[in-house]
Amino acid sequence: MTYLPKPKMHHPDLPKNALGFTRRDYEGPISTLCAGCGHDSISAAIIRACFELDLPPHRIAKMSGIGCSSKTPSYFLGNSHGFNSVHGRMPSVLTGANLANRELLYLGVSGDGDSASIGFGQFSHSIRRGVNMTYIVENNGVYGLTKGQFSATADRGAKNKRGVANMDEAIDMIGIAIQLGATYVARSFSGDKGQLVPLIKGAMQHNGAAFIDCISPCVAFNNHDGSTKSFDYVREHNEAVNFLDVIVGRDEITVDYEPGTTEIVRQHNGSLLKLRKLANDYDVTDRVAAMNFLETRKARGEIVTGLLYVDADAEDMHGYMETHDKPFNAMTDAELVPGAAALAKLNASLR
Amino acid sequence: MSPQDASQAVGAPGSTVAPIVAPIVAVNDFVVKFANVNGSGSASANQLFAKAILRMGIPVTPRNIFPSNIQGLPTWYEMRISDKGHMGARLGTDLMVAMNPQTWDEDVKSIRPGGYLFYDNTKPMPASKFRTDITVVGMPLTSFTNAAYSVPRERQLFKNIIYVGALSALINIDPTVIEGLLADQFKGRDKLIAANHKALHMGRDYALAHLPCPLGLTLVPSDKVGDRIFIDGNAAAALGALYGGATVCAWYPITPSSSLAEAFISYCARYRTDKETGKKRYGIIQAEDELSSIGMVIGAAWNGARAFTATSGPGISLMSEFIGLAYFAEIPAVIFDVQRSGPSTGMPTRTQQSDIAICAYASHGDTKHPLLIPEDPHECFVFGAAAMDLADRLQTPVFVMLDLEIGMNERLTAPLTWDDNRRMDRGKVMTSEELQAGRVFGRYLDVDGDAISYRTYPGTHPSKGSFFTRGTSRDEFARYTEAGDAYQRNMERLLKKWNTAKTLMPPAIRTDAGTLTKYGVIFYGSTSPAIPEAAELLAQQTGVVLDQLRIRAFPFGPEVEKFIDAHETVFVVEQNRDAQMRSLLINELEANPKKLVRVLHYNGEPITAEFIAQAIAAHTNPTPVREAAE
Repeated sequence: MTYLPKPKMHHPDLPKNALGFTRRDYEGPISTLCAGCGHDSISAAIIRACFELDLPPHRIAKMSGIGCSSKTPSYFLGNSHGFNSVHGRMPSVLTGANLANRELLYLGVSGDGDSASIGFGQFSHSIRRGVNMTYIVENNGVYGLTKGQFSATADRGAKNKRGVANMDEAIDMIGIAIQLGATYVARSFSGDKGQLVPLIKGAMQHNGAAFIDCISPCVAFNNHDGSTKSFDYVREHNEAVNFLDVIVGRDEITVDYEPGTTEIVRQHNGSLLKLRKLANDYDVTDRVAAMNFLETRKARGEIVTGLLYVDADAEDMHGYMETHDKPFNAMTDAELVPGAAALAKLNASLR
Repeated sequence: MSPQDASQAVGAPGSTVAPIVAPIVAVNDFVVKFANVNGSGSASANQLFAKAILRMGIPVTPRNIFPSNIQGLPTWYEMRISDKGHMGARLGTDLMVAMNPQTWDEDVKSIRPGGYLFYDNTKPMPASKFRTDITVVGMPLTSFTNAAYSVPRERQLFKNIIYVGALSALINIDPTVIEGLLADQFKGRDKLIAANHKALHMGRDYALAHLPCPLGLTLVPSDKVGDRIFIDGNAAAALGALYGGATVCAWYPITPSSSLAEAFISYCARYRTDKETGKKRYGIIQAEDELSSIGMVIGAAWNGARAFTATSGPGISLMSEFIGLAYFAEIPAVIFDVQRSGPSTGMPTRTQQSDIAICAYASHGDTKHPLLIPEDPHECFVFGAAAMDLADRLQTPVFVMLDLEIGMNERLTAPLTWDDNRRMDRGKVMTSEELQAGRVFGRYLDVDGDAISYRTYPGTHPSKGSFFTRGTSRDEFARYTEAGDAYQRNMERLLKKWNTAKTLMPPAIRTDAGTLTKYGVIFYGSTSPAIPEAAELLAQQTGVVLDQLRIRAFPFGPEVEKFIDAHETVFVVEQNRDAQMRSLLINELEANPKKLVRVLHYNGEPITAEFIAQAIAAHTNPTPVREAAE
């Protein structure tokens, strides 16, 4: 793998967003993943979401662990700081970074091996803490970089490329995320950009732990017959419960929906989640019902996608901890050091 | 008196049995040891006793000896009282306060001939349980306390105060000093103060009426404490981190380091909470494990906050992969390692200096890390704050190497001071203005010749200065590469940065014998208080004098090499089995191994001056038998 910058030249009429950036300003160097990899589609969706949300690229921190998915932050948001940490440990690094400066947007990109196998603990605990982040798992059920071993999200009975079946029960990261208190939970498919982009936008506008499980077929090792994470299989079993449209605060809000088929959820920062319902009996704000619905549909072999749960008024870790509004990394000596007089007083109490 | 007589006498209220050996007579120079049961509330009574002696102006050094247990197992609180100021541990007990039947035999055995035993003689004990060469002082503590109190919890707590009262009469502690301490402790709770005063005087009056007050061991007011304060190393280190500007602490509970993080929590609540809004200028996370705690520290420091973790050996093992990342990606981090006896779970509540090697070279691949090694709580504070500056300046993990002996025992130490003109040294951080002005930014570019590169905090500038941090190889501009020459250039620069580190670490402190000697001694950390006393003993017993060098940091400065070169034989005193510091001296300075003589103490108990003196004496003056054998 080498570092290949993309040519700077681009069409003069490329559309610009409110900050004057084109989509190209959110791109990174050329991807070195396999041609047709689902992960590249997710990178493209992230780029589009950031462009459409008018986010200043340098105010985003992109964090990852180790693996194919964790490489992708190199290939988008070239003007953002990135941190490719150690295997399975992105959540702790992201948590620390978030503590240090609450004003940036934290995007965690991970894979199923990184987050469900080696990093299952860190995934779980970062969700429990309500870290304000968009946590995307690019889920293909296999280890790509080490050539196709099963990960912990591979379904029991799913076959690898050589026809050997996986014997272990799969970890359903969506179910775990809802159970552990994630306040924005979605599942999508890298092959459905129309669904994925708004889900990422909604997550980025969410205050709290937002988790997206994005099934992303591995064209090299998990796209064959007998796989439950192949393009064909996911397309056949995909059952979307809703279709999301994200309206950010400054857009004029026009309500033009038929009651009963569309639901509007207003998030903490003023953004609106406009949900066109595809499954009439699904309520995205009911956590227990969501878990029940997901388990029922899973038993039928359906892969439920869409926005699955949201708590629009969620608190984040800083809220729970009551930390100061000013980022820690900008605090001065005067704000942090109690000084000589306080120390003298303390000395006196220790005699 | 025959043993038969003794068995009758010791069961009687307020009894004393005179020894066959002359009782020890000492003023302001003896060891008192309390044998208690864990969880019986004795710790605060014992601390009260120690503080009373300090307020009389007499130096006292207490040590908690405790099991890995919450309730029921034996604990000891040992106090060395020394007007001379010797603070190292000393073998043998002069006055044993035996409150734990479980450890009776061992406790009685540890008393020096001519010493004293104070015990609860409510239940008669057979004469075989006593020694004839000590003074036995019995007091019916349980029956006495039970007669005065009916609530079980009161009985337990006031029994402790009652024995403090009795002891105050036995060794001449001024009761008004204890009263003053109780008043400080229970400020505003007058009923509690009165109740404690009552118990104190009940014990004291009983002793004055029935026991041979005073014993041969007595205290007289002195002036040897000065302005020193009494604090444990973990609390002092936490204060150092606070004054050093740490805003993020991520930790996982582990003995003996937990109280460091807990002290940081309470100091932050006191000093870093906005009075009007209640908002906190700190973030502390008790993580799910040590991997996560160091990950959080690295994430926070990468993002420009000062961050630390506190742990012990097992935690360091778990953190090793992340430490390698921070070394290679050049991210500041501060790790307080409060060492305990290893390997594995080892003896979790006993002291050792056995993480020196793992911390110096933690992680796979070629890595080296700066260590700061404090000798006492004062230095824990100084190094705690200095570590924050050093980590930022060197952009690398910095370890502060405490141990249980320093961390968990209150120690008389110089008062903590702070210069209000001091400012945090954030190291090389390129600002938005500098980037805007067109300064070239290469994250791993050595522009100043000291091998330390500039970094930027995320979010600094809209279009300049962003970079990708990774544990994989990259070039000077943080671009991924597997080119061997670029990798090697980077590794060479890291080595050059190590040389820069040598100029920033606190130098070793040398104390010469005053006369020319071929013998030197190198030591560090909690061994420190035993060294002056060991040197004194050695000189008295053998005439051998020692030049002393206290190592305070790794990498070593030139003074360490110079010291080794200047002596024919250098004793390296350590509290581990494998002579880990000696290995570092040989490895890093190419010191001649034959010159460096190991003096090793690693049974989990603090090292004593006697041990050191004996070990050195055996080497400098071998016995004829040994000479013959050689």
